[in-house]
Amino acid sequence: MADLSTEFLGIRSPNPFWLASAPPTDKAYNVNRAFEAGWGGVVWKTLGEDPPIVNVSGPRYSALHGNDRRVIGFNNIELITDRPLKTNLDEIRTIKRDWPDRALVVSVMLPMNEETWAKYVPMIEDTGADALELNFGCPHGMSERGMGSAVGQVPDYIKMATEWCKKAASVPVIVKLTPNVSNILPPAKAAKDGGADAVSLINTINSIMRVDYDTLTMYPSTDGMGTHGGYCGEAVKPIALNMVAEIARTAETRGLPISGIGGVTVWRDAVDFLALGASNVQVCTAAMVYGFRIIDDLVDGLSRFLDEKGMTSVADLVGKAVPSVTDWQYLNLNYVEKAVIDQDLCIQCGRCHVVCEDTSHQAITKTVNGRRHFEVIDAECVGCNLCVSVCPVDGCITMHRLTEGTDPRTGRPIDDRKANWTSHPNNPMRR
Amino acid sequence: MGKADPDPDIRAQRLDRETVERNFADLHPPLSRSEALIEADRCYFCFDAPCTTACPTGIDIPGFIRKIHSDNVEGSAHTILEENIMGGMCARVCPTEVLCEEACVRNTHEELPVRIGLLQRYATDPVIAAGKQLFERAPSSGKCVAVVGAGPAGLSCAHRLAVLGHDVVVFNRDGKPGGLNEYGIAAYKTVADFAQREVEYILAIGGIELRNGVCVGEDVALDELRKEFDALFLSVGLGNANALGIEGEHLPGVEDAIDYIAALRQAPDKTTLPVGRNVVVIGGGMTAIDVAVQSKRLGAEHVEIVYRRGPDAMGASRYEQELARKNGVAIRHWARPRSITGKSYVTGVVFENTGLDKDGALAATGEWFELPADVVFKAIGQRLDAGETGLATERGKFVVDDDMATGVDGIWAGGDCVATGDDLTVTAVQHGKLAALAIDRHLRRRGGT
Repeated sequence: MADLSTEFLGIRSPNPFWLASAPPTDKAYNVNRAFEAGWGGVVWKTLGEDPPIVNVSGPRYSALHGNDRRVIGFNNIELITDRPLKTNLDEIRTIKRDWPDRALVVSVMLPMNEETWAKYVPMIEDTGADALELNFGCPHGMSERGMGSAVGQVPDYIKMATEWCKKAASVPVIVKLTPNVSNILPPAKAAKDGGADAVSLINTINSIMRVDYDTLTMYPSTDGMGTHGGYCGEAVKPIALNMVAEIARTAETRGLPISGIGGVTVWRDAVDFLALGASNVQVCTAAMVYGFRIIDDLVDGLSRFLDEKGMTSVADLVGKAVPSVTDWQYLNLNYVEKAVIDQDLCIQCGRCHVVCEDTSHQAITKTVNGRRHFEVIDAECVGCNLCVSVCPVDGCITMHRLTEGTDPRTGRPIDDRKANWTSHPNNPMRR
Repeated sequence: MGKADPDPDIRAQRLDRETVERNFADLHPPLSRSEALIEADRCYFCFDAPCTTACPTGIDIPGFIRKIHSDNVEGSAHTILEENIMGGMCARVCPTEVLCEEACVRNTHEELPVRIGLLQRYATDPVIAAGKQLFERAPSSGKCVAVVGAGPAGLSCAHRLAVLGHDVVVFNRDGKPGGLNEYGIAAYKTVADFAQREVEYILAIGGIELRNGVCVGEDVALDELRKEFDALFLSVGLGNANALGIEGEHLPGVEDAIDYIAALRQAPDKTTLPVGRNVVVIGGGMTAIDVAVQSKRLGAEHVEIVYRRGPDAMGASRYEQELARKNGVAIRHWARPRSITGKSYVTGVVFENTGLDKDGALAATGEWFELPADVVFKAIGQRLDAGETGLATERGKFVVDDDMATGVDGIWAGGDCVATGDDLTVTAVQHGKLAALAIDRHLRRRGGT
């Protein structure tokens, strides 16, 4: 079995799975349980100034459920730690002493003035923590007070606060980014420019889960009123992956170490983040939904996957898929695929037909010779992958590349040379 | 004179009341909300869904399941009841394993269909329980239609006619409405008097007058009805049970299965029903299964169904045959009764083994055996008493066209009494619906509305 031990900014951990700064890492009790279960590291729940903030004593969480009550998405309005700073610092010191082989990073959120950073950063470092993670991401509550995502949405603030922190810190500094921006690159660049040793992303996404259908008020509510919270869980993974990949593949930010966060639930999700450029991953929602013992499958599954790929360490996987991510304009427009339905696997549900008929290109039959039969009409198929996406049987519909002859849809010969939009005759800006 | 037979072992209260109550509780308990939501999630929402095609009433099954999925249970019930007003009873008694659920595409890759019957019950039960009417009657047409028979076909026809704005009088020969839903279905398939509650729901649409205990042909002549009403729908079901035509058939202890099933349904306390210790059931349809399983559940020690052909030829589905076996009923194939033994009451049945000859016809093998019996149930079908209707029949049943018209002006027919009937509630409901639509077109064509 491949060794999963990892080094991130020189911090060693037995596996690349850290618990993200969040409710599961608020207390020594929880963190002990996590380490006993086998987690590689934790990012301690965000510390702030004393006196501590307060949290609501009503609902802090709500979920987007499937019909079987599987949690697909998750939302929270919990703020940073509401315990006294000293309590947290004492516990962090003890945990680091008791678990020297695990990564222990402390998340920090402080107001925008240098003195505060200069005051608190040394106190936190004194615990023996391996690194600091700057919370420039929380989109609720703290952002109203000029912290969290209020900082993360302004690249200049990110740079400024990172510089203050770096000036006061001797341990590595990770900047945690908010996804509540239209482009992740300027914030990532600002963190890099401010001297950040790494970025972690994503924090949660601004969200309202739903309304209460009886009262027609926002749900959940605190005494009849609700507020937007941070959205996370499986549903946000694709958004996180894009942001991670953008940072990994863009010249100005390439090489900046990334800790990937956002919907990691099973080991495959970690493969996504690692292959798209993250060096490790952080997990919160899955642990909050299933408990800490999911670490067994995360570690076991990833290790077996690496074996299967002939890789001996997590580092072998990091960034593997990054070169395959590009801009739309560079996609090969001469490449032609057609869907093929495996009639032996087809269960005759007809979903492929009806969605293609209603919403796409009328490229799948419903009957052949008067009998119920679903078959791709190559002369209409644009290769869009919709049928593959909706087919309930894994592997029943697959995409096949045309390598010779003509595309029956366009009548044009298959051309094995690459040609993209930059040189396409229809492109008024072609080069 | 030989020695007298031993007394037959037939008695009530073979099992205590608690056991009997448990044995006659809901055969398939209803789904809870969470079970229904999860089950609804399994529906693929197929295009041109095979389940809908397989449903004799053509219910939009993916449509109603999707509404369960979205917690729109009343909308789901509407989708069901607009095609099948007895969707509640059909959810309980349909042999779904050979209809919608057999067609479910999930069978193809996991051999576990969506439990459509139970979902249908989940959707319809609350509406029936609350008595919430989902349909409104059209403005009155001023026409009045007579429906003869208050079984599934008759009530379905009456309800649809009422919705379409016509008035209806239902003539029912029995003391209670519902036909076989009330008298012919195993008790554990329709507990808590559901058949009557469903009939009440159907009648509550308004415009339907029910006349119980009136036998058309005896109490009132068919010709009088033709004169008095604008149209006539015959849904008289089948009458007498077929006879075996063998020696000993009239001995005490030899009974028609349908009578016993009816008595069981009507008995407030089922422990009071006499049950034989050794019970032999002759036949291979649902009635045979129902009488056999219910005898077993009342405490009969040994119950055996004997059918003259193989399992595939049985009218009862494989699922029902399995249900019988699970209840401890033995099923013996390839044997037919030749005589019933006993002097003053039945003591046994003599069978001869059967097989197919080289032409594929049923033939005796020459081997014989006798089964001891305290009670023998005949479950070999019923026949229509066409009486003086003057309507054309085929294999003993009325002939109708696709609109359920009999060929005699103003008379439609449907349900088990017509040649296309198949002894299923769901088919009878469809007949009633089709006839009502045809009658409506006929009445409007004639004008005066």
